[in-house]
Amino acid sequence: MSVRRLICSLGFLVFSGLFLSNILGCSGQKGSSKPTITVWHWMTDREPAFKELAGWYEAKYGVKVNFDLYAPSDAYLQKVRAAAQGANLPDIFGILGEKRDFASFIKAGYILDLTPYMQENSNAWKDSFFSKALAVNEFNLGDSYGVKPGIYGAPIDIMTIQMVYNKSLFKQLGLNPNRPPQTFAEFLEIGKKIKEAKLQGLVSGWGEIWMIDCLANNYAFNIMGKDKVIATIKGEVPYTDPDWIKVLSLFKEMQESGILAYGLVTMVNKTAEQLFANERAVFAFNGSWCVNVYKGMNPRLDYAAFLPPKVSDKYPMAIWGGAGSSFMVSARSKNKEEAVKFLRWPTERDQQAYLAQATNNLPANKESLDQIASVLQSFAKAMDSATHPRIWGVSEFSPVIEALDKGIQSIIIGEKTPKQVAEQVQRIKERELAKKR
Amino acid sequence: MKIKATLENYVFVLPAVTIFAIFYIIPFIWVLQLGLYEWDGIMPTKIFIGLSNFKEIITDKIWWQSFGNAAYITFIALTFQNALAFLLAWACDREIRMKNFYRLVFFLPPVLSEVVVGLVWQWILDGNYGLLNQWLVHLGFPNLVRNWLSDPNTAITAVALVHSWKGFGWGFLIFLAGLQTIPRELYEAARVDGANAWQSFKKITIPLMIPVTVLVVILTILGTMQAFVLIIAMTGGGPAYHTDVPTLRILASMRGSSRFGYACAQGITFGVILMVISFIQYRFSKKART
Repeated sequence: MSVRRLICSLGFLVFSGLFLSNILGCSGQKGSSKPTITVWHWMTDREPAFKELAGWYEAKYGVKVNFDLYAPSDAYLQKVRAAAQGANLPDIFGILGEKRDFASFIKAGYILDLTPYMQENSNAWKDSFFSKALAVNEFNLGDSYGVKPGIYGAPIDIMTIQMVYNKSLFKQLGLNPNRPPQTFAEFLEIGKKIKEAKLQGLVSGWGEIWMIDCLANNYAFNIMGKDKVIATIKGEVPYTDPDWIKVLSLFKEMQESGILAYGLVTMVNKTAEQLFANERAVFAFNGSWCVNVYKGMNPRLDYAAFLPPKVSDKYPMAIWGGAGSSFMVSARSKNKEEAVKFLRWPTERDQQAYLAQATNNLPANKESLDQIASVLQSFAKAMDSATHPRIWGVSEFSPVIEALDKGIQSIIIGEKTPKQVAEQVQRIKERELAKKR
Repeated sequence: MKIKATLENYVFVLPAVTIFAIFYIIPFIWVLQLGLYEWDGIMPTKIFIGLSNFKEIITDKIWWQSFGNAAYITFIALTFQNALAFLLAWACDREIRMKNFYRLVFFLPPVLSEVVVGLVWQWILDGNYGLLNQWLVHLGFPNLVRNWLSDPNTAITAVALVHSWKGFGWGFLIFLAGLQTIPRELYEAARVDGANAWQSFKKITIPLMIPVTVLVVILTILGTMQAFVLIIAMTGGGPAYHTDVPTLRILASMRGSSRFGYACAQGITFGVILMVISFIQYRFSKKART
């Protein structure tokens, strides 16, 4: 009887041990002469194309590459952080979040400096990219992040976020389908026609606040110029400055003109994409990834991209753009050299052209641009006007970004005035600056 | 022999204790510890800041506004949701036709996925193409048409009512179980003594249902204050901060701002407040029972 109980106890222990080792990820690794490269990513739409590339790479070089998808992006973000804490990062991975998070990963020693590899053969790898795509992964002397200057990631594709308009609905409204609005006044004027035609105007994922931040910053660049925007982030110019109030007032004007779709403040981007793809909305504010999304939802959709209509002629209109997704090599990987060698491969001309065709994303390699669809080219053209918070060298405090974006929502629903929002944002900015000091 | 038996018992308990320690006790201690630090969730080093996070929480208006929102949703759940649950349970406890069918139907919403429920109700309440607005127009109330989830005047109530719809099944089930434990003889004796239906309800049902009601109230408060998935699926906390709740704020601190220490401090504060509420309620209910 006691022997049976002892066997039972041991069996129970073994089972528990196996269970624990499984859930803690301590399963043994199989030995192999050739290393296997593991890549973690969050891009569901690009998974089949990545797998295809991995197959080609293995056939060509005999190195197996495992692309592990962890979606949605929120879950991926937490997974990478948890893996970093547990020293379990894969050979190659992407980082989501703000540039200060990227900097923390570097300062903690999790990311390999790719500068020497980029500079090989007279900067051959470096020069193959759009400079703005690379800049997102670059840290320079004088940045506020305290990171050793260098390039810490390789862009796989690029994106720009701008306006798109439905050409068929333009015709229906009696507008020239080949001439999107050039000025903010023209844009608002179309709002009145949209209201009369009982259509939806501008749709976007403004329920997910970062897209409001994006458009607000576009107009801030247009109204006050880059230097003043950066000075605001540094705390040298207050958000109560008349130029910022003017930026906030634009959202009030848009709401009053009827150009904004009903329920925009809680709209998620997926809903916005459905409304635009189903020809229920005339305008959308979306990233270049929308080309793939719209194609899937409505292949016959006739639309084109354009820069947000400018308010002022004093400064050029800027849009957010740069690397859509980038990969980094783990500084603690045992297969660093093989990982860098692999990372270089999908950024080469032919592989980039394949990725662009398969995923409808803009290639990061500028030599592959001639092989992409015409709608995508209209997004690519805007790269000259592109900027991104990740290349400004300084980051705004997250609570300030949230206050600004939620404040704009309050303006749209008529709860607060632009001045009230500006004052509230400035209060939070001062609080954060005081904490930093 | 005794030592061997004791050891054997420990061997059986050890796996469960280990799992419990790894997944509950150690993380709980870490959360308590992290609340005293400034940490971005990435760097290996953390900065000890004492009680600064807790001090900041006291002055964080948005945090307390989110608490107010959660309290409002809880109020709707305590009143509307539980009243509905009790009435339906009381009806199903009586000899009515198809009562098993009703029991099944009333318990369907709680077993549905919160994300699915949130998205379906978002579609029903949509300002542009929502079913509710279409029905209102058909029924001759076009002036009532609005964007229920984007309008600051209706967003939180709409979320609270959907939450009540989703959650009343639990209360219904517990109330029904409670009602079925009341001996029928008590009602018969009351009837013999000349008591009418209202008197029986007031003098028998209500007093005997107090312990069950206390349980339902505590579960409702704890469950509703922590409501999260339904809200994120329906409004994401918007418009502005109108449907923001504490769990969403904790998530925003952790994920949006990379302030893990502050998020942990918020979590601790939230947990302590819920414990205090539950304790007060327990004391009151004990008093009421005695």
